[in-house]
Amino acid sequence: MTKRFVISALVAHKPGVLYRVSNMFWRRGFNIESVAIGAAEQPEMARMTITIKGEEKDAVQLVGNLEKLIDVIKAARLDPEKAVIRELALIKLNAADPKIRSDIFHYVDVFRGRIVDVSPETATVEIVGTKDKIDAFINLTRNFGLVEVARTGETALIRGPESVRIDE
Amino acid sequence: MVKMSGAKTLIESLERERVETIFGLPGGAIMPVYDALLDSKIRHVLVRHEQSAAHMADGYARAGGTGVCMATSGPGATNLVTGLDTAHLDSSPIVAVTGQVSIPQIGLDAFQEADIIGISGPITKYSFQPRKVQDIPATVKMAFHIASTGRPGPVLIDVPKDVQVDTAEVDFPSKVEIKGYQTVFAPDRSQIEKAAKMLAEAERPFILAGGGTTLSNASNELQKIAELLLAPVATSLMGKGSFPEDHPLSMGTLGMHGSREANQLIYEADVLLAVGCRFSDRTTGKLDEFCSTSHVIHIDIDATEIGKNLCIDLAIVSDARTALNALYRSLTKLLKTRKATQWSRKIKEVKDTFANKIENSGKELTPPKILKELRKLLPAQAIVTTEVGQNQMWASLYFKALRPRTFITSGGFGCMGYGFPASIGAKVARPDVPVIDIAGDGSFIMTENSLATSVLEKIPVTVLILNNRMLGMVAQWQRLFYNRRYSAVKLGDVPDFVKLAEAYGAEGLRVGSLSELSDTIKRSLKSEVTTVIDVPIDPEENVLPMVPSGYSLKEVIG
Repeated sequence: MTKRFVISALVAHKPGVLYRVSNMFWRRGFNIESVAIGAAEQPEMARMTITIKGEEKDAVQLVGNLEKLIDVIKAARLDPEKAVIRELALIKLNAADPKIRSDIFHYVDVFRGRIVDVSPETATVEIVGTKDKIDAFINLTRNFGLVEVARTGETALIRGPESVRIDE
Repeated sequence: MVKMSGAKTLIESLERERVETIFGLPGGAIMPVYDALLDSKIRHVLVRHEQSAAHMADGYARAGGTGVCMATSGPGATNLVTGLDTAHLDSSPIVAVTGQVSIPQIGLDAFQEADIIGISGPITKYSFQPRKVQDIPATVKMAFHIASTGRPGPVLIDVPKDVQVDTAEVDFPSKVEIKGYQTVFAPDRSQIEKAAKMLAEAERPFILAGGGTTLSNASNELQKIAELLLAPVATSLMGKGSFPEDHPLSMGTLGMHGSREANQLIYEADVLLAVGCRFSDRTTGKLDEFCSTSHVIHIDIDATEIGKNLCIDLAIVSDARTALNALYRSLTKLLKTRKATQWSRKIKEVKDTFANKIENSGKELTPPKILKELRKLLPAQAIVTTEVGQNQMWASLYFKALRPRTFITSGGFGCMGYGFPASIGAKVARPDVPVIDIAGDGSFIMTENSLATSVLEKIPVTVLILNNRMLGMVAQWQRLFYNRRYSAVKLGDVPDFVKLAEAYGAEGLRVGSLSELSDTIKRSLKSEVTTVIDVPIDPEENVLPMVPSGYSLKEVIG
């Protein structure tokens, strides 16, 4: 059965690491949905959050293949029920028509987003949430005329004291 | 702290790893290192093509140790690539050093610039590009550590030319730490006990030993378990030699060109113990039908091999030796000795049946006869390498390997041109034993210029060419599966291998009968110079038995 999996990996924060990781995705044929990466809690380390669509076996293999990479310090699958998963999206919509503009403002309110930029022709919305929430917002507003969408990909942490980290 | 150049630092770091030999070929971007090499005790073996340098390092590694090869930037580095992937697929520990253009020129498409870090990414275990002289000692230390521990593999160190030339105060660490890199995998106790129980209760246990058995030096442990369980042992091509093939429990190799007994009996097993193998398509045949009715226990040091190809029942993530040791201890608690069972009688019966079936065509110089003759003439510790193609599969089927690390072949990558340079590397590692390359003409030609290296560096080996003047394995497939439509397989009568050998200062001999072959091999084993023995064989000869690609191992032809 195909499912979505969220994997957190602590990696060395240095040039070439993203290449090695993405190379492995290609080489082993993983169907990657998103990769989010940024500095982690310790210096010289970054955290990657990877989401894939696949079967149980794919998730096991992905974690194993990540751990096999020398630059990956630790990798683990996160249980979506026990993790905080968030994505940030910036969505620029056509908003010249006052009726549409008011609809956008209404939806943004419902989705607890923010209008971060407005021009006479457009409005840019910031939405934070799960992938599904952002997908839903985009689907709702698609008919207004989507100008541009920029999404970070999901990033995630385990809830509570448990963590994917190593001690110094 | 001492002040020295990057090149000198590199050489000293290699010396500290106890490197005795480097196989390589210089060029512009590695000249400072070659200059520093002149002041070192390390022996440099000059190749005529960098691919051979990588294969020599690989052959050296498989005979025991970590092999080192070196090349310049750009084409020098890319010529290593085929050898790196060969080592990668067979988990062979080699360290490759390449020159690189100076740092300010990287990315500018400078002369002889190649992104070897990018190119080698998927085919090495890791690759480094030290950007400061001070980084070199730890880099070299890490490279050897990574190459030789865990699941071994090739590591590349790409050194920009300005880093070779720069000088700095350097410090040589005695230890390095690589965060998150695990080298020791203690087998899970409860899994070991479960495995012992499954095996002790099995009526028809069967063991499949792969290359990991050889890499972790687990042959003794393997043999003890096989003898305790009275379980037949087949090996993958990479595992060949990990279990003595003259042992009554030896089934030879399994797979596309496996022995009849292995391919038949594995389907009758109720529990399969697979050790350090990865269930490659050439070993398992059609995967859906492979061991579909038996329980499978899989021991491997690489967790990603568990369940990658085959769904298994019990996994033990550990190096083969540690796991087999623990398993043996657990087994002895459950079993003292085992008396001959119906299964052991069956094994003997099947083995005997097929032993008598061995080709008895009227021809004198058939590959099975040649290889059996070769076995008779060689001591058990002699090392055999093979080229790739029919010669390799004949060797796998008909040359019995008696000790680990005495059968060296490009298994996973199937790299033509491998055997001859690998034999030179193996001979450097083990000058005390005879080394023979079982060759085909097509494969030997690919790296035949290593004759120069072999002769001038006084590294004598024997090359036994099973010469059918064909790309024989492709021709065989065309005969069997393409209605005998030969496409691009005929190599013709050139070169004359006797003259070719002589042109390089090696000995070249052609033989036409088994007794001549025997005399010639004996002579070559005493020779101080490399001998090329050209044995013309029938170009129509097929390697049999064979399981066609994509079929179950039960569907043997021939």
